[in-house]
Amino acid sequence: MADALLEIDGVTKRFGGFLALDRVSLQVRAGERLGLIGPNGSGKTTLINCVSGALPTDGGRILFEGRDITRLPAHQRTRLGIVRSFQIPKPFVSMTVLENLGIPLEYAAPPRSHGAAAGALDILKMIGLDAKAHLRPAGLTQIEMRKLELARAMAARPKLLVSDEAMAGLSSAEVDDILAILFRLNEQGITIIMIEHIMRAVMRFSERVVVLDAGNRIAEGTPAEIVRNPAVEKAYLGE
Amino acid sequence: MFTWDLLANAVVAGILLGGFYAAVSLGVSLTFGLLDVVNIAHPAFVILGAYAAYVMNSSFGLDPILTGVLFTPLFYALGAGVYRIYYSSFERRGEESLRGLVFFFGLLFIIEVALSLKYGVDYRLVEAAYIGKSIDLGGVGIAFRLLVPCVVGLLMTLALSLFLSRTFYGRAVMGVSQDQVALRLMGANPVRIKTIAFGIGIAAASLSGALLITISPVVPSTDRDYIGRVFAITVLGGLGSVGGTLVASIILGVAESLMATLFGPSWSLAVSFGILLLALAVRPAGLFGR
Amino acid sequence: MKTRGALVVGVAVIGLGVLLGGLRVNPYVYFAGYVVLQYVVIATAWNVLGGYAGYVNFGTPAFFALGAYTSIFLIEAFKAPLPVLIVCGGLVAALLGLGIGYLTLRLKGVFFSIATFALSVVLQTLIINWEYVGGAKGYTLIRPPAPFFRSWGVLLFTLMVVLAVVTVLVARTIERSWIGRGLAALRDNEEAAECMGVPTLRLKLFATTLSGFFLGVAGAPFPYYVTYVEPSSAFDLNYAVNALAMPMIGGTTTWLGPVIGAVLLGTAQQVATVTISSELNLLIVGVVLVLFVVLAPEGITGLVRRLRRR
Repeated sequence: MADALLEIDGVTKRFGGFLALDRVSLQVRAGERLGLIGPNGSGKTTLINCVSGALPTDGGRILFEGRDITRLPAHQRTRLGIVRSFQIPKPFVSMTVLENLGIPLEYAAPPRSHGAAAGALDILKMIGLDAKAHLRPAGLTQIEMRKLELARAMAARPKLLVSDEAMAGLSSAEVDDILAILFRLNEQGITIIMIEHIMRAVMRFSERVVVLDAGNRIAEGTPAEIVRNPAVEKAYLGE
Repeated sequence: MFTWDLLANAVVAGILLGGFYAAVSLGVSLTFGLLDVVNIAHPAFVILGAYAAYVMNSSFGLDPILTGVLFTPLFYALGAGVYRIYYSSFERRGEESLRGLVFFFGLLFIIEVALSLKYGVDYRLVEAAYIGKSIDLGGVGIAFRLLVPCVVGLLMTLALSLFLSRTFYGRAVMGVSQDQVALRLMGANPVRIKTIAFGIGIAAASLSGALLITISPVVPSTDRDYIGRVFAITVLGGLGSVGGTLVASIILGVAESLMATLFGPSWSLAVSFGILLLALAVRPAGLFGR
Repeated sequence: MKTRGALVVGVAVIGLGVLLGGLRVNPYVYFAGYVVLQYVVIATAWNVLGGYAGYVNFGTPAFFALGAYTSIFLIEAFKAPLPVLIVCGGLVAALLGLGIGYLTLRLKGVFFSIATFALSVVLQTLIINWEYVGGAKGYTLIRPPAPFFRSWGVLLFTLMVVLAVVTVLVARTIERSWIGRGLAALRDNEEAAECMGVPTLRLKLFATTLSGFFLGVAGAPFPYYVTYVEPSSAFDLNYAVNALAMPMIGGTTTWLGPVIGAVLLGTAQQVATVTISSELNLLIVGVVLVLFVVLAPEGITGLVRRLRRR
């Protein structure tokens, strides 16, 4: 793929004797909305940990914008534009919501003409969290915590956003709320990889879906194709 | 002068010492290894046990080990109380690790200073019929002051492993470390289970303190030497594995004893703390990690 | 308070120190003042790592003693002057700090703390067995007549005023810079900080090295202060307890916390030593530490902040 933004090439990861990822290859185009699904323990989170730099790989290469980033520490990948949000929100608890955004703005985002605080407020407005800018994370609700997680990721000015189960445990209306935000980010040109268990959300959001099972890529296609794929059904239902 | 006799004596003394180290470390193995409560003050409770044995011995001529056994209910209550404070101040608020550690560090300091206020910084010892006696097995001397604590330490290890594997509460303690949800389904309250386990850990300190003062005289600051030892043993033994604790204790006992024989006693402390540093840096899961 | 304002205050404090040195008060005041100021340095240095970055160091005595024993070595080997001792004591302790910084790669939370404690004991054993710097017997320093000042008491007191001001100013500058914000982020959540572009390893190495440096600086003049150094006094557990008790009592998130804690607790200890007994004053430290950590985990500055918000 000539215009691949992210290229995962034969990535392998072991934990002791357990093979978590077995030569997984995957390409993501710039501007794409990609869904990554699979049963629990299939290696989704391990894969994005390898992409974000939280885990070292045991084999294979990862390229971003044509550059080999396999050995790059996580914070440098963030600066290149690979930003992830966490499944369980991990806010900076001693800081206000606004200050939370200040960290990536200061450390990860390329320098901008306007001030950092203004940038942070813009993001909070876009996500609908501006009213809570001066609260500490302890005062936020579950959905607001998820939004903070996304807002903070946005503040790092990502080219590629990896959203790790941003919707687990939310109500149906809240899921729509988060989906709308992700669609808007994608319209702004941000490539998004969505890892999700809520099928309704992944299928609606993704242009393309990749299925992992037991550390292997078992299927790939449009949401409609994936739904009809017998291998996927087998992986999920176990026969 | 180095001789094989000397070496054999050092190894035997080390093994005996190891049995005693197991007794001192069991409490930490239980609280740190299984409950994730980093009771760095455990050695201070051990010294408290040693002074209890000293007081009962010097005032009433009571056997130190008997005192250790008699005081276990008191220490159990003390431990349960400390855990309650710890739980309500740190664990429940979800900020246990570092502030909790500081809490125990302060506790250690308080116990140590309180003991030196009351009893001064002179070495205290106990008297019992078997202290000073020894048997000779073909050139290898076995001192009773080491043998008795070793045997008691082994019995304590056996008792704890039976408790953990055979009783309802013991299995519940194992459960606390793995799956709190499953534990609730069993109808056991995790906080209560942890209180019991912590109480048992401190009760073990009472008895191991009595063993300590049987082996050698004690000052309030002796607890510091044991911080390295017990945590080296617990980490090396694989955090919460009773069998691993025993093996690690014997390894440490022999290593220290050899070091003291070959290079002089002032180096033996460096062994335990050095092993601790290595164990921490190289393999946090320990030799027998779960 | 802007940086220039802080500098002015710092210079004013030094001026006050010099002025106090000129007054002919009871010499004990200088000795007690030295100890309190030494604790300002220790508590502030500890807090750079423990408070800002959230890595609790139990090994303060290792760094302090390393400063003191570097001095002894340099005096013994080269008859080096005091300013050289301070810089070298700081640098050697900074190297040890860099070392424990790399430990943070593998050891988090309580494991890190236990490792630093172990480090302190291992280092003490090495010193006990190193005859050149006095070994277990200790080292006696024969002080020449004090240069520039009328007594060593006044000289050391004035020196410690300067060191305390410098340490606090450096800590304050770091706290308010991008480094301080990065450290706060990694204290709150190291993984999230790294993912938000914070170079966590580099910041941790910076914090451990700088913290080690100032702890060593605090220990470097120690041989001149006591004139007789033995391993048990240089590696005293009191340093470990006070180093964390003082910031905990004052509040760990700002530079002011350790200063308040050190002045309050340090002064209380000095008074208690004179009026009651030195053992009892240690008991007070322990009890106050435990009470604060249980009842007021944000320390005095945190309490004040909460009262103001009401």
